[in-house]
Amino acid sequence: MAGRPLPTSPARADARDRTPVRNGAPAPAGASGPTAKTSPDRTPVPPAGPAGRGGAATARRRRRVRENLVAYLFLAAGVICFALFSWYPIVRGILLGFQQVTFAQPAEWVGLDNFRRLFEDPLFLTAWKNTGWFTLLALVFGFAAPFATAVVLNELRRGKAYLRMTVYLPVMLPSVVTMLLWRWFYDPGPGLFNNVLDVFHLPAQQWLESENLAMVSLVLVSTWANMGTTTLIYLAALGGIPGELYEAAELDGASIRRRLWHVTIPQMRFILMITLLLQVIGTMQVFVEPFVLTGGGPDDATVTVLLLLYRYAFVYNDFGLASAMSTVLFVVLGIFAGVYLRLTRSKG
Amino acid sequence: MNGMAGVSRRQLLGSATALALGLALTGCGGSSGSSSGVDENGVVTVSVNGMPAKTQPEDRKDFEELVKQFEAAHPKIKIDAREGQMDPKTFAAKLAGGQLEDVYYVYFTDPAGLIQRRQAADITKYLKDVPYLDQVRPALQDVFKGPDGKIYGLPTGNYSLGLVYNRALFKKAGLDPDKPPTTWEEVRTAARKISALGDGTVGYADYSKNNQGGWHLTSWIYSMGGDVATQQNGKWKAAFDSDAGRKALQALHDMRWTDKSMGTRQLLEIADVQKMMGSGKLGMYMAGPDNIPTIVKQFESKYDDYGLAALPGTATLGGGDGFMFNPKASPEKIRAGLQWIQWKYLNPDREEENVKKFSGLDVPIGLPQPNLFDGAAQAKNDAIHAKYANVPQANYQPFVDRSDDVAVKVEPPNAQQLYTILDGVMQSVLTKEDADLDQLLADAAKRADSVLATVK
Repeated sequence: MAGRPLPTSPARADARDRTPVRNGAPAPAGASGPTAKTSPDRTPVPPAGPAGRGGAATARRRRRVRENLVAYLFLAAGVICFALFSWYPIVRGILLGFQQVTFAQPAEWVGLDNFRRLFEDPLFLTAWKNTGWFTLLALVFGFAAPFATAVVLNELRRGKAYLRMTVYLPVMLPSVVTMLLWRWFYDPGPGLFNNVLDVFHLPAQQWLESENLAMVSLVLVSTWANMGTTTLIYLAALGGIPGELYEAAELDGASIRRRLWHVTIPQMRFILMITLLLQVIGTMQVFVEPFVLTGGGPDDATVTVLLLLYRYAFVYNDFGLASAMSTVLFVVLGIFAGVYLRLTRSKG
Repeated sequence: MNGMAGVSRRQLLGSATALALGLALTGCGGSSGSSSGVDENGVVTVSVNGMPAKTQPEDRKDFEELVKQFEAAHPKIKIDAREGQMDPKTFAAKLAGGQLEDVYYVYFTDPAGLIQRRQAADITKYLKDVPYLDQVRPALQDVFKGPDGKIYGLPTGNYSLGLVYNRALFKKAGLDPDKPPTTWEEVRTAARKISALGDGTVGYADYSKNNQGGWHLTSWIYSMGGDVATQQNGKWKAAFDSDAGRKALQALHDMRWTDKSMGTRQLLEIADVQKMMGSGKLGMYMAGPDNIPTIVKQFESKYDDYGLAALPGTATLGGGDGFMFNPKASPEKIRAGLQWIQWKYLNPDREEENVKKFSGLDVPIGLPQPNLFDGAAQAKNDAIHAKYANVPQANYQPFVDRSDDVAVKVEPPNAQQLYTILDGVMQSVLTKEDADLDQLLADAAKRADSVLATVK
């Protein structure tokens, strides 16, 4: 579930690159020992004699700059791109929250006006409540499901690769395709789910049309669509748990359940925490599911923060209000991102 | 240059490309200036949208041909035609980035907001040169009038909501397709009979998502003799917490829950309902005449299958489309743009020639709307349309016959915000059997009041 796409978030890319490796146990001997990876710019430098000390240092510094020049150039391109497409929009977005903008006239500063209007909108609170509810439900389904799947997949002797692909397959579907597919599943008339219920003589459900079920239905779609990525991360982490630990546990006569409890979960604690945080950050930005499947209904039961933001900006054309909303969301997500950074840093 | 000794050519090239790309990206934007658009030969280039997409090759070819004809007749004007219309998702970005067309297509829901935000040019002083404008229906022109009394655009299309119905299903259910319902009570009876055919057939369907529920509920309330918003002492107030509002909700509730003639799937929008109609599973839905060609084309069905009735009750909601002008457009461009719009869309002189050509193509001639003109111009147009009609006009006679009894009312101010609120009302009625109608109306009215308080 944590695999909700967040392509522009640097924190996200960071997690994808790092977490499996960091938590991955010592890889096969020799691959990463202190001897195997020696920094290339350290070894060749000969110990400088007392006489030519200053000259050697300057030369060394110059060489470093020279060697890193290409790196800096590449970095510059990246920094420019980030500045243009990430940082500038963020700063501009925050500023817009304090302005009334029409883009036809110069923007007008309105102070906290947009925020006041935002807090006065009764839907503002509803949207946050709904988003919180979605996030909570997503944790219940989306946090446990990939973990369980990963553990089961890891235990399999045969068909592992095939099943791994099957689990990952939904991630590759464009999200709108996923939504339309699930729309048919949920259709109260000829839909798949109600037909299945019918086989078991169970009453048909109003999956998307009932205020109580709608959000659960959206979380199910989202979980199905995104769990592949998280499952793969867990699988990688599981593969990294040293076999000796399990062997020792088995020798001690530990059951599967106890092995899971005393070996797997403690070994994966860190990665579970990270995916949990990323999932909170990701699910708080839920948009496609309610936008395509329910349009926020029934009776505002699935209006989420991002859906409301979208309405402000693109239905009402009120960019000031939308920016104020996104600033609030930015601050809330920033808190979670801060916790995430602190966790990864302290571990590192 | 031994400083570069450790750097390979390829590395250098790579970083240079990366930098160049970065710089190019910073450089773009703001390229289109706001010049007068007149070149040294005195030719004005004016960008307009509304060109059909490539997926409609016939329509597009025709459009391009018309551009050529227009340019031949107006050697001092060059048309830079672009696809699309006023899309709220990109409008502000295009305006901010200087990419907005000089003349842009809008629905009737947009002008009020665009005028209020000063995102459209005042064209009042250019209008005296526009032929036939005095015959364009005043109610349609008023949509583009600002609170300051100035004019910001021209209407080019209009519709009013009626009932589109499936003639084949009517026959199958023992109903007379030439005598469609004229009251909501009759709609209810017909819907019950049609849904009784079984096999997933739905008697009547309505929207309840993405502001379309609110749009239709507005029309429901109008038809019950009510209003959605009214002005008192210069201030707008919600007006739907009324008898009319209650009657509308009760009718929907009864069809949905008592008769079960509205199907089980709700949270529908226009595309869903058109699909139901196109696949022959739907008896009736609320729609304007322009829906019929869409269904016929999209689902490869026949014009003969569909009928059009006027909306029951005393009034219906009317809307339409037109063109507005970029607030940064030069006077030359505005003048040129106006000539194009008049020539292409508001031109009784070209009507016969046009219609003659279109009737042989795939373009429907003889639908009851749009009616842009009043008086002589419209009478002339109607005669031409009747002469070249390629759709069964008799099927739309029930709509035409009652059109004088059904008043056409425009959309309320801040329509989109109100529609969002009314969407929720529509959703509750259609998804909750025990919905408290009074409570729904009262709550929604309170929210609507705060939205209407911002209307200037």
